[in-house]
Amino acid sequence: MSSPERSATLRNAIGLGVAVGLYGAAFGAAGVAAGLSVWQASTMSLLMFTGASQFALVGVLGAGGSALAAVGSALLLGTRNTVYGVRLVPLLRPRGSRRVGAAHWVIDETTAMALAAPDPALGRLAFLATGATIYLGWNVMTVVGAVGAAALGDTARAALDAVVPAAFLALLWPRLRRGFPEAAVQRRVAVGGAAVALVLTPFVPAGLQVIAAVVAVALAGRPSAGTRPTAREEMP
Amino acid sequence: MSATALWTTVVAGSLGCYLLKLAGLSVPAAWVEQPWVARVVDFVPAALLAALVAVQAATSGQHLVVDGRLVGLAVGAVALALRAPFIVVLVLAGAAGALVHVALLS
Repeated sequence: MSSPERSATLRNAIGLGVAVGLYGAAFGAAGVAAGLSVWQASTMSLLMFTGASQFALVGVLGAGGSALAAVGSALLLGTRNTVYGVRLVPLLRPRGSRRVGAAHWVIDETTAMALAAPDPALGRLAFLATGATIYLGWNVMTVVGAVGAAALGDTARAALDAVVPAAFLALLWPRLRRGFPEAAVQRRVAVGGAAVALVLTPFVPAGLQVIAAVVAVALAGRPSAGTRPTAREEMP
Repeated sequence: MSATALWTTVVAGSLGCYLLKLAGLSVPAAWVEQPWVARVVDFVPAALLAALVAVQAATSGQHLVVDGRLVGLAVGAVALALRAPFIVVLVLAGAAGALVHVALLS
């Protein structure tokens, strides 16, 4: 493995860690807005470490949802990482305690970077470097966002309330953009999911409408031959 | 929700998400590589994230409400469509929400 390729891999990993850190700050703020303490928000970033699931859990709690609905929506979004893990096995060939450690860093970005690397050794380097920088950036910035949000006054709190849905939209956006596999179908499913949630809101306990929105996945239709989910560089 | 209940939620959710990751590195690939499993997993984020956007922006408890959050979301969407960086999207959405809050107070 040549050293220019190594340093390019490390540079990309660090760039991604910094960019994802901003989302970490948004998560910390969203967690506190939803009623978590700074410690609880930070514990989630340390132990859960998968952004969409973390945002979903605090999103459901913030909407007044039950613990079960909050955990359920986090787990539904976490199934993605199971598929990523299967893709990474041939590359990482994890055994024993290394498997237990490596699993914690199986997320959108590490998978995308590892699978995009030109050879297996660089793939493993990309996985570790991306995992390490994102883990660091995500956790540090979670604390920054949570502490910042905890210190806010009334008007700033109203600003934060408006920031949270926009942060969710930013998380969703890359999937709807041209260039994402089947972006048109993703858009249809997204509109369906939002519609189901809004229609159910007056009738079901808060939070359940988010889980119920998975029925919109049916709008994606049957799998066609050759389509498989691809990990991309989205936010976590 | 009590602090204990919140901690339980945080820890249970974290443990579950970790086990889902570990499962990917542990189960036979054939279990997961079925076309319909891949299909569902591929589209769950769009459905759930969109539902969360809607719930966060336009509901309060069991009521549909229109307030500064929806204005912030609209501003955020425009910023995203113009390919603004994440931090700019958040700042603009927050500013819009704060402006509506101040305007409604006066």
